[in-house]
Amino acid sequence: MSSSIAQNLRAPALVLLFLVLIDVVSIAHADKSFEDVRCKCICPPYRNISGHIYKRNVTQKDCNCLHVVEPMPVPGHDVEAYCLLCECKYEERSSNTIKVTIIIYLSVVGALLLYMLFLLLVDPLIRKHDQYTIPLHNEEDSEDVRPHVDGRGNTVLERVEGAQQRWKKQVQEQRKTVFDRHKLLS
Amino acid sequence: MAEADGTSSATPTEEMNGAGNLMDFLDEPFPDVGTYEDFHTIDWLREKSRDTDRHRKITSKSKESIWELIKSLLDAWSGWLVMLLIGLLSGTLAGVIDLAVDWMTDLKEGVCLSAFWYSHEQCCWTSNETTFADRDKCPQWQKWAELMTGYTEGAGVYVLNYFLYVLWALFFSFLAVSLVRVFAPYACGSGIPEIKTILSGFIIRGYLGKWTLLIKTVTLVLAVSSGLSLGKEGPLVHVACCCGNLFCSLFSKYSKNEGKRREVLSAAAAAGVSVAFGAPIGGVLFSLEEVSYYFPLKTLWRSFFAALVAAFTLRSINPFGNNRLVLFYVEYHTPWYMAELVPFILLGVFGGLWGTLFIRGNIAWCRRRKTTLLGKYPVLEVIVVTGITAILAFPNPYTRRSTSELISELFNDCGALESSQLCDYINNPNTTRPVDDIPDRPAGPGVYSALWQLTLALIFKIVITIFTFGMKIPSGLFIPSMAVGAIAGRIVGIAVEQMAYHHHDWIIFKNWCRPGADCVTPGLYAMVGAAACLGGVTRMTVSLVVIMFELTGGLEYIVPLMAAAVTSKWVADAFGKEGIYEAHIQLNGYPYLDQDEFTHRTLATDVMRPRRNEPPLSVLTQDSTTVEDVETLIKETDYNGFPVVVSRESERLIGFVQRRDLILAIKTARQKQDGVVSNSVVYFTEDAPQIPATNPQPLKLRRILNLSPFTVTDHTPMETVVDIFRKLGLRQCLVTRSGRLLGIITKKDVLRHMAQMMNQDPESIMFN
Repeated sequence: MSSSIAQNLRAPALVLLFLVLIDVVSIAHADKSFEDVRCKCICPPYRNISGHIYKRNVTQKDCNCLHVVEPMPVPGHDVEAYCLLCECKYEERSSNTIKVTIIIYLSVVGALLLYMLFLLLVDPLIRKHDQYTIPLHNEEDSEDVRPHVDGRGNTVLERVEGAQQRWKKQVQEQRKTVFDRHKLLS
Repeated sequence: MAEADGTSSATPTEEMNGAGNLMDFLDEPFPDVGTYEDFHTIDWLREKSRDTDRHRKITSKSKESIWELIKSLLDAWSGWLVMLLIGLLSGTLAGVIDLAVDWMTDLKEGVCLSAFWYSHEQCCWTSNETTFADRDKCPQWQKWAELMTGYTEGAGVYVLNYFLYVLWALFFSFLAVSLVRVFAPYACGSGIPEIKTILSGFIIRGYLGKWTLLIKTVTLVLAVSSGLSLGKEGPLVHVACCCGNLFCSLFSKYSKNEGKRREVLSAAAAAGVSVAFGAPIGGVLFSLEEVSYYFPLKTLWRSFFAALVAAFTLRSINPFGNNRLVLFYVEYHTPWYMAELVPFILLGVFGGLWGTLFIRGNIAWCRRRKTTLLGKYPVLEVIVVTGITAILAFPNPYTRRSTSELISELFNDCGALESSQLCDYINNPNTTRPVDDIPDRPAGPGVYSALWQLTLALIFKIVITIFTFGMKIPSGLFIPSMAVGAIAGRIVGIAVEQMAYHHHDWIIFKNWCRPGADCVTPGLYAMVGAAACLGGVTRMTVSLVVIMFELTGGLEYIVPLMAAAVTSKWVADAFGKEGIYEAHIQLNGYPYLDQDEFTHRTLATDVMRPRRNEPPLSVLTQDSTTVEDVETLIKETDYNGFPVVVSRESERLIGFVQRRDLILAIKTARQKQDGVVSNSVVYFTEDAPQIPATNPQPLKLRRILNLSPFTVTDHTPMETVVDIFRKLGLRQCLVTRSGRLLGIITKKDVLRHMAQMMNQDPESIMFN
């Protein structure tokens, strides 16, 4: 029963998470600060003038050599020839998206790292007594053990605990397949 | 009726209840019936017929009420909805990966002081350094040594930067491999061989799970930014497939039917390539040509839609800041000449040779990893390879930067604007021409030193990629393969260019290369070389050319790309039939029936079980087996299914029942159905058998019986049997002679037989 409730809850939760994700992206997107557009003109060496790069914040329409290159290094009659050589590119970015993405990414990595340390260092200490009661299970036993830790607990905490145990077992199985027996992915 | 008789002693209400319960019980299928265990293959035929049943039920119900009609419409649309969600999520994840990789790659060298989350390029977005000399410098961006010591030049600074570069690389890769090891071991590798196997109908539980999705996304960034010789494209296909699986679980149409789920996964693979390369059409073709097993037209359209949504999402995130999906967009449109086909074909030959070398070397190394002590130290292996890569990569400017940037630079033509060493040509001061049309020029000292460095980079990439692919971190091989090809191509391109410049009077150059004309574009050679090398490794043709042209936007260059792709396929095929993915499938012994023809003259009777000196086939009879007999049979054998016959004497076939379904049905019946004890008779007929009233209530199991098992006669050639297995996706096939059941051929038997015929160890096939 509880597992089916969890199943039912999972779908909306996923959708919600997804919506939040989209929301974050769109918020980050909507608010485009002025420094997020640039028109970059690269002008190669010309006569005795060395190559230059010009960047200005102008609209896409105005993104050409005449509006961006300032001060013009050549006298008036040479402007056309000089500008022919320049290549102007209009570029956009969203600094907020970058910021949000990197921060989310770093926090996910941080959380995973903490959880990993917890699993590797703290968890074995807490569960020391369990190791005596549940000796190392063979694969044949795992079938019988599964209903035992099936997340049938009453409280949310017990259910989470059960789910965590099941997950750990799965990962252990995967680790055996990949790293020890080299059955998959080698 | 018999059940009602059995409970006749009960009070009327109880009888009602009992009957009601019984009806419910019979109506709703046993829970979990029709699911498969880990490492089993699915029965495509059964999945298809189950979907048809479901569809029929919904259609007939939809006429009953408006609500049911709406439900049926929703059901019909759920496929497209899943595609939309997959496209959105995989596009978003790809954007996140691109941005994070961009930042972390640059983190190895320095940091942006104004905002730490900016990469070098982003950091200097508005900087005012205008001269070419310091176009890459800006005060906000500081290298680590500069930040620590305050100096920008000097041997000490170089050594410190070197040291920190290696340290960061080691840190990233260590983090990646430990995350993979602790949280999701299935997240390692490229994933395409496994996805191919899964799409062909194999079950690997957890391979497309949520943890795999999370860990693969996170560690992919770490692996790519550690500077190892690997790319993100293959793993992105895996990530997209995980997204597909995730959204499948929202809709019972897909979560309960493994066949339908695979249709979604095929489309998800297309979305994955679509975001990896920014090549939506190429993604669809990749899924069709390389990954998918069963690809009906409906899936083609859905893949198209998913690829479109994914590309659109990625484009709106705009990770590269250039309003393009890809890093490799080339802007030149210079023509190519017929005579250039010769070097293009030579590049194709090189690509084929590289493909062969890579596959042989990598498979040999992976086999070592699988069987020897090497496999015991996955973390150490990753650390050592990263260390070697970083130490060797840093001194060479072409290997220090990220591989995609390298490819991007190699693809580009040398305009007057380029400041890179590769474009250090000697300009004729007298001519001023527009930017686009620069004549061939003699190479300057920069080009020659670049050639040296590129040659070293080429050797380095060739060697290190062989050892990198297959380590226990997410690793794709598209980008490294393309890099090898692009380097080789650029070298050839420069050579041809210089030859054409210095020897206009040679006959071959006379017609197409006059002095002062721009006739050879080295960037194009790099493109062709990249396509050839990728083709040699993966043996793709159509999708490869489409991906390349979507990647570079060079519509004019389809013919050179095609020539190179086809040549590299020919050359590589001459040395070995299979591409890298098939080779890995074979190495791991995945049960994958490939599309090659089976040409041996064996018959079904040679392959079927039981063999001549083996005990007879374990069968169930339609109405004389007891529950206890069935349970003993299940306990004593490990067969995945049992044929049901009329009686042991006549051995005429009724149907086939799956082991898992049988176990579940008996377990459920024992728990829920009164009167089912060990002595109860199990029957598969429509009506209960005539049994004395004293016997316990019989158990009807017709619901789980497959009444239309596939049968062949014992003299059917194996060629046909293999074809049936391949095209229909069977799991097992029964062998009969004049209506009598003789034996059974399972997919495992077919695969083992094929392995035996190809002189391989038949026991290496992984199968439960």
